[in-house]
This record gives sequence, structure tokens and C-alpha cells, in this order.
Amino acid sequence: MSYFRAENLSLHFGGLKAVDAVSFAVEKGEILSIIGPNGAGKSSIFNLVSRIYNPTSGRIFFEDQDITEEPAFGIAKLGIARTFQNIELFENATLLSNLLVGRHRHSTTQLWQELLFLPSVKANEKIHRRRVEQVIEFLDLEPYRDKLISGLPYGVRKVIELARALCTEPKLILLDEPSSGLNVEETDDMSFWIRDLKTELGITVLMVEHDMTLVNRVSDRVIALNYGKVLAMGSPAEVQRHPDVVAAYLGA
Amino acid sequence: MRFMFKTDYEDDIKLFPHGGYIVTYGVLLAFLVVAPFILSSYLVSQLVFVFIYATVGVGLMILTGFTGQASLGHAAFLAIGAYTAAYLQQYNVPFPVYFLAAGLLTGVVGAMVGFPALRLQGIYLVIATISFAFIIEEILARWESVTHGNEGMRVKALQFLGTAVSRDSPSFYFLCLAVLTLTIVGTLNLLRSPTGRAFVAIRDSETAARSMGVNVSLYKVKSFAISAAITGFAGVLFAHKLSFISPEMFTLQLSIEFIIVILIGGAFSPHGAVLGAIFIVMIDPFLTYLKDDVPGMIAAVAATFGAGAATAAKIQANVAAFASANGLKGAIYGIIIVLFVLFEPLGLYGRWLKIKLFFQLFPLYKRATFKRQKIYVKSERNR
Repeated sequence: MSYFRAENLSLHFGGLKAVDAVSFAVEKGEILSIIGPNGAGKSSIFNLVSRIYNPTSGRIFFEDQDITEEPAFGIAKLGIARTFQNIELFENATLLSNLLVGRHRHSTTQLWQELLFLPSVKANEKIHRRRVEQVIEFLDLEPYRDKLISGLPYGVRKVIELARALCTEPKLILLDEPSSGLNVEETDDMSFWIRDLKTELGITVLMVEHDMTLVNRVSDRVIALNYGKVLAMGSPAEVQRHPDVVAAYLGA
Repeated sequence: MRFMFKTDYEDDIKLFPHGGYIVTYGVLLAFLVVAPFILSSYLVSQLVFVFIYATVGVGLMILTGFTGQASLGHAAFLAIGAYTAAYLQQYNVPFPVYFLAAGLLTGVVGAMVGFPALRLQGIYLVIATISFAFIIEEILARWESVTHGNEGMRVKALQFLGTAVSRDSPSFYFLCLAVLTLTIVGTLNLLRSPTGRAFVAIRDSETAARSMGVNVSLYKVKSFAISAAITGFAGVLFAHKLSFISPEMFTLQLSIEFIIVILIGGAFSPHGAVLGAIFIVMIDPFLTYLKDDVPGMIAAVAATFGAGAATAAKIQANVAAFASANGLKGAIYGIIIVLFVLFEPLGLYGRWLKIKLFFQLFPLYKRATFKRQKIYVKSERNR
């Protein structure tokens, strides 16, 4: 059985088939990229997996458990984290508190304990803080620790998105266009980090990406989509040579 | 300039980041402890109102400032707390019991308001909370067997450990001060633990909060319940302070005053609630003072500039007529809110922080430090 599986996943908005009977599987420890022209349904698949949209039909499995009916916050508790293409950080909070929200699924304290700030709460806070510090170190975010997000540049925010997702200690991470809006240097950094996710932290990665250099550099397998349907699946080189993919991109 | 060297994770968790805070808050506390014995009874009474309004302000801040759910229904929560106290007091229920019962009941009602409010955003939520406040107001006026309707209810002096605590006594003052202090400390504790961070996360991006594993519905209801419970506790004190309650005290006007408390004070820190409460409690006597004295002063100024006695008297009469016009207070509130929203969205406390930073960094302060930034991208799609 595969680690993560989508079976005949469909999402229809009226007559528009944003995702049309898509099936794919992600193996444990691999980096799978989804590519495709604008409007191909890539982000829709992400929103289905992270349960922001309800699929019209089809089922989603993670670690052999059916998660199609799971609420959005339950997905995170199972160990699936995601980043957002358009950056959904908590603007009016510091980097630290943003990352600490990522630790939410590991919090065990009760409301009344928190109101009194009992020693158990403090001890837990220190543990969260230590984990957050490890992520900060991993992604070189030390200079921004106490800065408000609203004052930080786009490139840094993009990294913080990744950092916040990592703070949940996910088993599977969904990266929605991790390199969009980044310059060449930042994209390079991002590609190293994505590979480190796999090799150092053992996290499985499902990624939507437009930048083919980044896709080629990090992905083990690639899925090409167009009009909500799978065009091709395989190694990056295979998919790029596939005649349907070439046609979809070049309009031949 | 002060440099903070952090050597432990606890440095970020502590309530008082450095010794300076302990000194300032120590001085403030010392002043508040001796205040009832040195200030005039009028000022002490005003301070009690400041404590009660600030308690409600902190409660409202949890909901509106930190969770981002606007409410114009907090007068109703205050009323529920006040009436619970007045009702239970008739049956000789001891003070600690009805105090807790009032908070608990208001908290439960708050949670019940929270459920339908889950599906509402922004202005629609405001309308829903206003309707809730009207419903409660109507119930208070009609449910005569319990609330005595528009006749109102008399609230007897607070009985504690067999002694009567008069509403003007220092003991009552210290009770209100204690409730406010505990509310503020509890709120700060909440803010440095997972629940408080979940609230702020919901305020800034519900989608992102959800994908971090925050059960948004549950936390919104929690926020409503906590906010309402605090307001309920304040309601008990409010009832005792006024010693008489009736439905027309808990109108929309009062809810708006609570919004003003956090808007003027600054909705992001309990400091703001206290400053806003001082503002709202002191503006009434201030306006009365203006009404009484300003016409005479203007007439005197006119006289020194050579106006005849008849003209000066006419000016005095005209100014006095203007100052006692109906609705002037509402107009002044309105103007103040508009000015604050436009020029000082962070409120009095925000202004204080800027002044403080100016002196901390002097002479290196840059005007651009607090220039409002354009928010980069914020997707509204997945709301």
C-alpha cells in the first residue's frame, strides 16, 4: 500500500471540472512534484488534500486511513502540513509566535491550567520553544526571531511559511509553489532545504511548482496535469519529454 | 538605551521582561493601594468605575482584539452578570457563590452566542451581536417575575463573611482592583500559551490557523465564553456599585462605550483597556465641567477684547445653549472615534509606546519606524 493515496479525486464547480478523476500515490520518503499550466487544478488538489475544499467524489488515504471526511484541523493533527502559495502568515504577530502556532497540534495543556500558567504549562512552552528554535536554526531565520511579519520582505515570509509548517513536525508536507516570487539565489536555497527535508528530516514532500529547474533538481517523480486531468507521470525527464505535456505547454 | 541579553527561553515567557517593569508596576500598585485613603471619595468612586470598565474592556479585547470577532453585545453580558447577582442575592446566596455563578452563567450564554456566530464574519457578526443585545434587553424588561421589568431591581450592599461591604468603602475598591488584576494576569497568561496564540491565529488567517491544526470553531466559542464570563464578573461589581439596576442601563450605548474603551485605549494590550476605561469614565465629568465653565470663560475673553456687557452676555448664553444641546455627547464620542481610527489606530497605548521608543532611541529615532506598511498579499479566496 502506498503512504498517501488519492483515488479518483474530483472537484467540480458547477460545469467546471477543476479536478477530474485524478488518482496518484506518494511513497514514503519521496519528493513528488505536480506541474501544469495555469488553471490545471494543481492548487485545487492541494486544497482538497488539506480539506479546505470538499471533493465532489473520490477518496483520500494517508497511512491506510481514509481522511476524506476529516476536518481541516484534523489533517494537521494527523501529520500533514502545508504552505500557501500566496502566504497566509499571521501578519500582526512576531516570527516566534507564528512558529509557535505551528506547535499547536502538540499542545496538551487545558484552558484552566493556561489561565493560571501552571509549571506544567511553562515546561511545555519551553519544549515548544526548543523545537521552534531548531527549525529557526535549520532555515537560518535567527535575525528575524522577534520581528513582526508585516515588516518582513517577501522572500523571508516564504521561508517562514515553510518554517511554520515544519514546526508541526509533519510526516507529509505539501508545498504550494515554494519558489514563486523568489529570486534565483533564494530559489537555490529553497531547493537545498527541500532536499534536506527528505534526507535529514525524513519528511515526504508533495509539491506544486512552476520553476522547472527546481522541479528537476529536487523531485523523484513528477505528475503533469492539464484541465484537471493527469497527462503524464514518471521521472522529471520522462514527463518533460512526454508529447502531451509538450503540447499542453507549447500549444502544439 | 537598554540592551536585552536573553540567555534562557524563559526570558521570552516572563511577564516582566526586565527589572524596570517591576519598579513601574510596583509604584503603580503602591499608589493604588494608598489611593482610597488619600484621594477624595469622588475620585475613588471614579476609580472603581475605571476598574469595572477596564475589566469589561479586557474581556472584550480577548474577543475583538485578539480573536478578531467584533461584538456590540457586551452590555447584554454585563446585564446577565448584574441580574444574576441581584436575583440570587434575594435568596441570601453568599457573595462568592453568586459571583462565580454570574460569571459561569454569562460564560455559558456567551458560548451559546458563539455557536451561531461561527458562520458570520465582520459586519454581519456585529449585527448578530446587536440583535442578541436587543433580545436580552427585551427579556429583562418583560420577564417581570424574575427581573421586575422596567421597575428595576435594588441591589443590597455586598455581604461578605458576615459584614456588609458598602459600595463606597475601601474594601469594595480593593475587590474591584483585585478582579481587574486577576483578569489582566489571566489574560496575559492565556496570551503566552497555546490558546491565546490560537486566538491570534484565527484573527489573522483562519485558513492558516486551520491548517496548523487549530479547531477554529472550538476556539471561537471558547473566546466568546471567556470574554462573556469576564464581562459577567464585571456585571456583579457593576450592580453592587450602582446598587440599582434596570433594563435601560444596558443599552446599545453602553456596548458602544465598551468598544470605545478598547478602540481609544488600543485593542492589542490590556494597558489599552485601562487607558480607555480612564478615558470613558473621565470624559463625562470633563464635559460637564466644560458645559459649566466654558461659556463664562468665552464671555470673559470676549469682554477683554472690547465686547460690551450686552454682547458678552449674549455670547455666554449662545455658547451655553450649544454646550447643553441634546446629543452633543454622542457627537463628541463620534468625532473622537473617527479621529482615533484615522490617526491613531493603535490607540492611546500605541501612542505611549511610540513616545517611549522615541526616548529610548533618542537621538536616533526615525519617523518611518511606525509608518503603516502596505500589506503585501493576502488571499481572501479561502475564507
